[in-house]
Amino acid sequence: MADFFGDAVLMARVQFAFTIAFHILFPAFTIGLAWWLVVLDALWIRTGRDVYSLLHRRWTGIFAVSFGMGVVSGIVMSYQFGTNWSRFSDIAGPIIGPLLSYEVLTAFFLEAGFLGIMLFGRGRVPPWVHMTATVLVAVGTLISAFWILAANSWMHTPQGFTIVEGRFHPADWWAVVFNPSFPYRLTHMVLATFLTTAFAVGAAGAFALLRRPGDEAGKMMVSMAMWMALFTAPAQVLAGDLHGLNTFEHQPAKIAAMEGHFETRKGAPLILFGIPDTDAQVTRYSVEVPLLGSLILTHEWEGEVRGLDAFPRDEWPPVAVVFFSFRIMVALGMLMMAVALLAVFLRPQGRLYRNRAFLRLLVACGPTGFLAILAGWITTEVGRQPWLIQGLMRTTDGASPVSTGQVATSLVVFIVVYTAVFGTGAYYVLRLMGRPIEAEPPPTQPPQGRRPMRPLSAADQPFDTPEGT
Amino acid sequence: MDYPLIFALIIAFGVFMYVFMDGFDLGVGILFPITGQTEEERDTMMNSVAPVWDGNETWLVLGGAALFGAFPLAYATILPALYLPLLIMLIALIFRGVAFEFRFKTVRAKHIWSIAFFGGSLVCTFTQGMVLGAYISGFLIEARGFVGGAFDWFGVFPMFTGLAVVAGYAALGCGWLIMKTEGDLQDRCFRLMPGLVAAVLIAIVAVSIWTPFVEPRIAERWFSLPNLFLLSPVPVAVALCAVFLFRALRQRRDVQPFVLTLALFALSFIGLGISLWPVVVPPDITIWDAAAPDESLSFLLVGVAILIPVILTYTAYTYYVFRGKVKAGEGYH
Repeated sequence: MADFFGDAVLMARVQFAFTIAFHILFPAFTIGLAWWLVVLDALWIRTGRDVYSLLHRRWTGIFAVSFGMGVVSGIVMSYQFGTNWSRFSDIAGPIIGPLLSYEVLTAFFLEAGFLGIMLFGRGRVPPWVHMTATVLVAVGTLISAFWILAANSWMHTPQGFTIVEGRFHPADWWAVVFNPSFPYRLTHMVLATFLTTAFAVGAAGAFALLRRPGDEAGKMMVSMAMWMALFTAPAQVLAGDLHGLNTFEHQPAKIAAMEGHFETRKGAPLILFGIPDTDAQVTRYSVEVPLLGSLILTHEWEGEVRGLDAFPRDEWPPVAVVFFSFRIMVALGMLMMAVALLAVFLRPQGRLYRNRAFLRLLVACGPTGFLAILAGWITTEVGRQPWLIQGLMRTTDGASPVSTGQVATSLVVFIVVYTAVFGTGAYYVLRLMGRPIEAEPPPTQPPQGRRPMRPLSAADQPFDTPEGT
Repeated sequence: MDYPLIFALIIAFGVFMYVFMDGFDLGVGILFPITGQTEEERDTMMNSVAPVWDGNETWLVLGGAALFGAFPLAYATILPALYLPLLIMLIALIFRGVAFEFRFKTVRAKHIWSIAFFGGSLVCTFTQGMVLGAYISGFLIEARGFVGGAFDWFGVFPMFTGLAVVAGYAALGCGWLIMKTEGDLQDRCFRLMPGLVAAVLIAIVAVSIWTPFVEPRIAERWFSLPNLFLLSPVPVAVALCAVFLFRALRQRRDVQPFVLTLALFALSFIGLGISLWPVVVPPDITIWDAAAPDESLSFLLVGVAILIPVILTYTAYTYYVFRGKVKAGEGYH
C-alpha cells in the first residue's frame, strides 16, 4: 500500500481508469439504446401497436437518465487531461485537443438540436419529425464515439504527425483520424454497445416475464433482444478477431501479454488458461491447444509468434492484468453468444418466454455487456503500457507535476462522490426498468408546452413515495 | 490569418457566456435558503432556472475542451496549478447538477437535495472566484510546466475575489428572480438587491485598486498615458450602470436590474481583458506562445464556425420559449 500511495503516476492512472470506466458505462448504453428507440419508433409508426409506444416511452426515460449521467461524468473527463496529464496535454495537445473538442462540439450540437425533440416532442411534432430527431440523436451518439475513438486509437497507432520542438504537430488530419487501429476499434466498440443494450433490455424483459408470465412488453423485449444478440454476438467475435490481428501487427507486445506468450516461437499454442508468472517468464498450469495460436495470428500452422522475450523488459505491459482481463472479455462474449444460440432453440412455440430457468439466466446476464466492455478496455489500455503514445511517449512522461497528496485526495473524493451520485442514478434506472410497463404514465401536457427540456426530466417518475415503497 | 487571436476571442466569448449564464443560476442556488422561505417558493426558484441551467453549464465543458484544443500550453499549466480548487468546483457542480433532477423525483430525500443544490452552488461560486483571483495573481512556470506548490492558489486576494464572485452571482440571481417571479418572493428579492449591488460595487472598486498592487504590469497598463484616457470609459460606464441600477430598483422595474447587473459583469470582464491582454497564462505566456499550431487551429475552426452559431440560436430559442414569469406550481414535477 505504501508503494501505491507513494506513486503519483500510478494513482493518476487509477483515477483516470476509475472516472472513465464510470463514464463509459453511460454512453456505451445510450449508443445502443438510441438505435433501439429508432427501431421502436419505426415499428410504432408502421403498426400503430400500443406496446411499441409504451416501450418507446419507458426506454426514452431510461435513455434520458443515462444520457444525463453521461454528460455529468463527462465534465470531469474534459478537465482531467489537464489536471493529471498536463505534460501529455502540452506535447500531444495539438493533435488530441482538437479531436476531443470536436467530440464536445458534437455532443453539444446533438443536445442542442435534436435531443429536446426526441425526449419531449412526442405528440407535439408529426411522427416523422420525431422519428427523424431520434435517428439524428442516434447518429450523433455514433459521431461522439467516432471522435473519442479516433483520439484513443491515435495513441495506440500514431501517424500523420511531425515532431516540432519535441511536440506532436498534425501533418495530415485524414491520416491522424483514420489511423490503422481506428476502424477496428470503432467497429468493435459499436458492436459492444449494441450487445450491451441487447442484454440489458433482455434482462428487463425477462424480469417482467418472471413477475408477470405472458407480459406482452416483456415478450417483446426478450424477443427483440435475442434477435439483436444473435446477429451482433457472432459479428463481434469476427470484429474482435480482426482487431486482434491489427493489434498483432502494430502492438505485438500487447498480443504477447494477452496470449501469455513469453517465448518467441514458430507454431505457438493457443493458451486457453493459465497463470502468467512474470518473474519466471512462464505461464504456469497452462491449458493449451497446440499450434492454434500461430494459426489464429498468422494464419499458418508454423507461423512465428513473437513472445515477450522479443521486447526489452521495460517495454512489457503488466502481463497478468492483460492476460486475465482478455480472458474475462472473451468468456463473457462466448457466454452472450451461447445465450443467443440457446434462444434460437427455445423460440419455437414461445418456450423462450416461459422457460423460467432461461429467463433467470437472462436476468443474470443483464450486466454482461457492461462487464465485457470494461474488461476489453482494461485489456487494450493496460496492454499499451508502458506507452502513453505507442512507441513515442511513456505514460510516466505524460503525468502532471502535481504532488502525490493532491492526486490521492482527488482519487478518494471521486470514488466517494461517484459512488453516491451515479449509484443513485443507476438505482433510478433499475427502478424504471423493473416497473410494469402499464404503469407508464401517459405523456403529460404542461400548460403552454413550457416544459423544461432536459434529459433527466424526460423520466418523470419519482424514486420513492411518502409511504416509502 | 491570426488563428490564435481568433481562438482567444472565441474562448473569451465562451467564458463570458458561461459566467453570465451559469452566474445567475448559481446565484439562484446561493439565494435558495435566503429568499426561498417556503417549499413552494424554493420550487419556483428552481423552476425559473431548470429549463436552462444545463445549457448554461455546457459552456464550461466547451471552454475546457476548446482551451485544450486551441491553447494546449495554457491548459497544461493552468489546470495543474489549480488542481484542488478545480476538483472542488467539479464536485460541487456534480452535486448541484443532479440535485435539479433528483430533488423533484424524491419525496423523502427532498431536503437533502435542497442542501446539495444550495451548498453546491455556493461552493462552486466561491471556488470560481478563488480561481479568478489565483489566475490574476499568476502562476510559477518553468520549462512549460507548473512548478509551484499545491496551495499556491490560496491567499488573501483569491479569498477576496471568491467572496466578490459570490456577491456578484447572488446579485445576478437576485436580478433574475426579480425578472422571473412575482409576489412575496419578488418583494423579498427587491429588498435584498440593493445590498447585493452595493457589495458588488465595493468588490469591483476594491479589485480594481488591489489588482495593480498585486501585479505591477497591470498598473503600468492602466495608469500610463495615454492609456489612462483611452481606458477611462470603462470605469465611467460602471458608475453610470450603478446609478441606473439603483434607480431601476427604486422604480421596481422587472427587467432592468438583471440587465444592468449583467452589464456590470460585462464591464468587469472587459476591464480584466484590458489588464491581461495578450497574456493567457499570467504572468507572461501570451496567446501566441500557448497556441496550438495553425494546422490544429484551422482544423478546429471549421467545426467551431459551424456549431457556435447553431448553439447560440438554440440557446436564444430556449430562453424565448421559457420567457415570462414562472408561476408557483407551474413547471415540472
